[in-house]
Amino acid sequence: MIQQGGGALGIGEIPIGPTWQTNYFIGADAQGRDVMARVLYGGRASLEIGIGSALICCGIALVLALLAGFFRGPIDALLSRLMDLIWAFPVYLLAISLATVLLTKPNGLQWGFVHVDPSSLWVPTAIIALVYVPYVFRPVRGQVLSVREKEYVEAAIAQGASNGRLMFGEILPNVITTVIVMLPLMIATTVLTESALSFLSIGVQPPKASWGTIIDDGQSLLYTRPWVAIAPGIMIVLTVLSLNVLGDGVRDALDPRAKLRMRG
Amino acid sequence: MAVFIVRRSIGLIAVLFAITVLTFLIFFATPGVDPTRALAGRNPTPETVAAIKHQFGLDRSLPVQYLLMMKRLFISRDLVSYGNQALKVVPAITSAAPVTFSLVLGAAVIWVVFAILTGVLAVILKGTIFDPLLMILALIGISMPVFWLGEVANLVTQDRLHNTFLFHWVPPLGYTPLTSNPWQWFLHLVIPWITLSVLYIGFYARVLRANLLDVENEDYVRTARAKGLSERRVLLKHMLRTSLITFVSLFGLDFGVLVGGGALLTEVVFGLPGVGKLTYDSLVKLDLPVIMATVIYGAFFITIANALVDIVYARLDPRIRPA
Amino acid sequence: MSVDGGTPLVEVDSLKKYFPIRKGLLSREVARVHAVDDVTFSVREGETLGLVGESGCGKSTLGRTIVRLLDPTSGDVKFRGRSIAKLGRRGLRPLRREMQIVFQDPYASLNPRKRVGSIIAAPLQIHGVGDRDERKKQVRALLATVGLSPEHYNRFPHEFSGGQRQRIGVARALALRPKLIVADEPVSALDVSIQSQMLNLLDDLQEEFQLTYIFIAHDLGVVRHVSDRIAVMYLGKLVELSPAEELYERPIMPYTEALLSAVPIPDPDLSDQRERIVLQGDVPSPINPPSGCRFHPRCRYMTDICVQVEPPLVDYGNGHLAACHHPLNVDKETLDRARVSERHTPAAADEHAKPEDPSGASQPVPTPDIQRSSVVRRIVDYSKRPEEQT
Ligand SMILES: Nc1ncnc2c1ncn2[C@@H]1O[C@H](COP(=O)(O)OP(=O)(O)O)[C@@H](O)[C@H]1O
Ligand SMILES: [Mg+2]
Repeated sequence: MIQQGGGALGIGEIPIGPTWQTNYFIGADAQGRDVMARVLYGGRASLEIGIGSALICCGIALVLALLAGFFRGPIDALLSRLMDLIWAFPVYLLAISLATVLLTKPNGLQWGFVHVDPSSLWVPTAIIALVYVPYVFRPVRGQVLSVREKEYVEAAIAQGASNGRLMFGEILPNVITTVIVMLPLMIATTVLTESALSFLSIGVQPPKASWGTIIDDGQSLLYTRPWVAIAPGIMIVLTVLSLNVLGDGVRDALDPRAKLRMRG
Repeated sequence: MAVFIVRRSIGLIAVLFAITVLTFLIFFATPGVDPTRALAGRNPTPETVAAIKHQFGLDRSLPVQYLLMMKRLFISRDLVSYGNQALKVVPAITSAAPVTFSLVLGAAVIWVVFAILTGVLAVILKGTIFDPLLMILALIGISMPVFWLGEVANLVTQDRLHNTFLFHWVPPLGYTPLTSNPWQWFLHLVIPWITLSVLYIGFYARVLRANLLDVENEDYVRTARAKGLSERRVLLKHMLRTSLITFVSLFGLDFGVLVGGGALLTEVVFGLPGVGKLTYDSLVKLDLPVIMATVIYGAFFITIANALVDIVYARLDPRIRPA
Repeated sequence: MSVDGGTPLVEVDSLKKYFPIRKGLLSREVARVHAVDDVTFSVREGETLGLVGESGCGKSTLGRTIVRLLDPTSGDVKFRGRSIAKLGRRGLRPLRREMQIVFQDPYASLNPRKRVGSIIAAPLQIHGVGDRDERKKQVRALLATVGLSPEHYNRFPHEFSGGQRQRIGVARALALRPKLIVADEPVSALDVSIQSQMLNLLDDLQEEFQLTYIFIAHDLGVVRHVSDRIAVMYLGKLVELSPAEELYERPIMPYTEALLSAVPIPDPDLSDQRERIVLQGDVPSPINPPSGCRFHPRCRYMTDICVQVEPPLVDYGNGHLAACHHPLNVDKETLDRARVSERHTPAAADEHAKPEDPSGASQPVPTPDIQRSSVVRRIVDYSKRPEEQT
């Protein structure tokens, strides 16, 4: 898809402007790369990280909320305090801290068998997933606490159901809607967060690109080749906008009364 | 009440302590991370590294390191940047904080005014095409990355339309303190204020509209209508007043988050030397002590602000006080 | 008909269940709800024991503690002679097949996200009964047994009416062929018009499956026809225990008398004649129950002794026990024969406080004549109830 038509551009050559050809539809960047192609490729990374981290985040939060709300007592206290602690950090600052620390190690992290390459997309995915866990954990835990008191859960206990069955067979089906309602809004949020981290050059690392890194590249070309920065931004707006519209729709369909608040 | 305040304060102290520990651990105890990488230069000899480590106490055990770090951060306040030893971290934050505060305060005024206008207008115009139109605009506002919006604003006001009558007044990027020149302070901040407030206008307008529509169906609003109060008075006097409770509590939270570091992206794009910009500059240099200090500052600010909001709220509304 | 007449399936012995109330900085326990306070009785195999009392008196708590949904604070519960009060989750598992519970609220007791088929199949699945097809067959049969159509297998609970939901709850409780079913106000949430259908169903099932019921209700109207014996609770205490007919004809405890007077009588003449006893005041708080006899603040026969001494459960013969200093409907002869029931009496009760001998004084209980006569009139009333005349 990346066709570097016309050959590579040397320094000082005339920048290729927007054209109506298939190549360089919105021009080239400082290294002569086709911006349109980069935006399309960058979108893949942005969406992968956005969707991946939202799914991971919701999954972790759901399991933790089930454990906390079901067992209550010390487990709940521990998990809830931990979540409060993460919650106390501004999302971006926590993400920045984690990302910076990981980037101080140029050869990647080595924990036992696990090797994490700092340029892997998993790094921003994991960081973003982690920082939003409390935002999903809190409402879901509240729901688990209330569902746990329902008589149908008692009925299952009276039948001799195991803890696992109670959590995943009886309670989970009643709290999963909340998570489904939150998911599109979570993806919207994580896509925005990814772009911000990449813009600060602590998200997706070169040579990989995402919408955020392209905007970052475009910053220095802003007055000469504005499309480099503008195009990926428009893609972000369109993506996030559709996710928000979708989220509103899902919420109205599944849960007319929920007033969820998702933002970093 | 006293029990509540004592309990909340104990909780607060515990959280603050945990924040410092967690932050310290992230920066200095993540396995495989070498905090001295940035300060020892490009190709350090082992001796240089050892000397620097010794100088900063990094050769001590972790708890000692933590205590040293906290002592230099809170008590002697002479923690210095690894990269530039002339840069004392605490004074750097104290001098950056007013910039951040100026930015957030102005944006807050704009977003509150415009969010209320938009939200109320949408409710008044409900049933016409303008209500969904306003809400789509609000949704677009929420969907824009603030740093990108800032860049587009820069492109327009600093370059493309700078020489027209519209934007010739816009000064170059940067900051002038309020105390040295209030007018320049204002001019420098107008565009950042607007940029930062867009997201919040969209968000608050949506929340307010949904809230107003909820309240509309409650009995006392119907009663007020039945009493023959004019539509506008019902809206303003009864519905708006109730809806503002949610509004105000959200506002407290968001304000805290922004002053605590959430305005970082805006500061970076507009070159405003606030706490966020300080963080960003140290980020580029991987200057861990400064980042750690700004993160702790932000988390402290948010946590203390939240605790205050809780206590004030419990005073106002005894129902939410936990038994 | 004496208590010892059959093998007891369930024996409840000095059972207490207190709920702690925590407050303050360190969540200290500042008080306790005395939900079930030193209750002793037993249930014979195949019988139906009605458990009656105003709402909040601890009936559900007692029922839930018996099937071990709650852990007792102290005391013992025996099932087939074996103590189950201290069993853990694992130890209880095999017992779950033998005792089941039907809940009061047919809306809250069925998981709204599960289909009827899987709700009823759950107990079979948990205990590994049969394979998938086998279970499906059993569930369909169960649906038919409780009067629902096997076609309802794939529906969700919200597609059913309250009565149908309660039938689903019954089918679920029946799935494992239990011996004991605690039915916690199974008809209270239902329309009056369908209550009797439900009662008939439970009756039929008892015969078909040889069930033992502990049947909880908040008034004496509902349990009348289904119960063999009736236990009356007040503020966590067992205050009267009697064969059903005897209780309706000859209530001993003034509280029972008041409950009875609230049972509607179809005949308007009779119901005009009958004195309706309205209990004054609210039920006192179970956190800080009244001293002596817990019923004394609301009792119209109250005297000093009621405030000071907790009455023991006295056996008036014929399996009729009551805890009262001023027993109604008891003649001199019976009173002489009556003896304090060691087995049932709470430890806290004063063992010497048999009605004829209050607080050790030799004086008999001074019960005003007027009250005596009103008692007599009431006895006449009950004996004239339409059901008995036919
Ligand atoms: N889980 C609980 N925690 C604290 N108090 C409880 C709990 N369950 C019941 N109670 C209290 O115990 C008393 C008896 O309740 P319950 O057994 O439900 O009464 P009933 O079923 O007779 O209406 C009530 O005062 C009730 O408030
Ligand atoms: Mg009950």
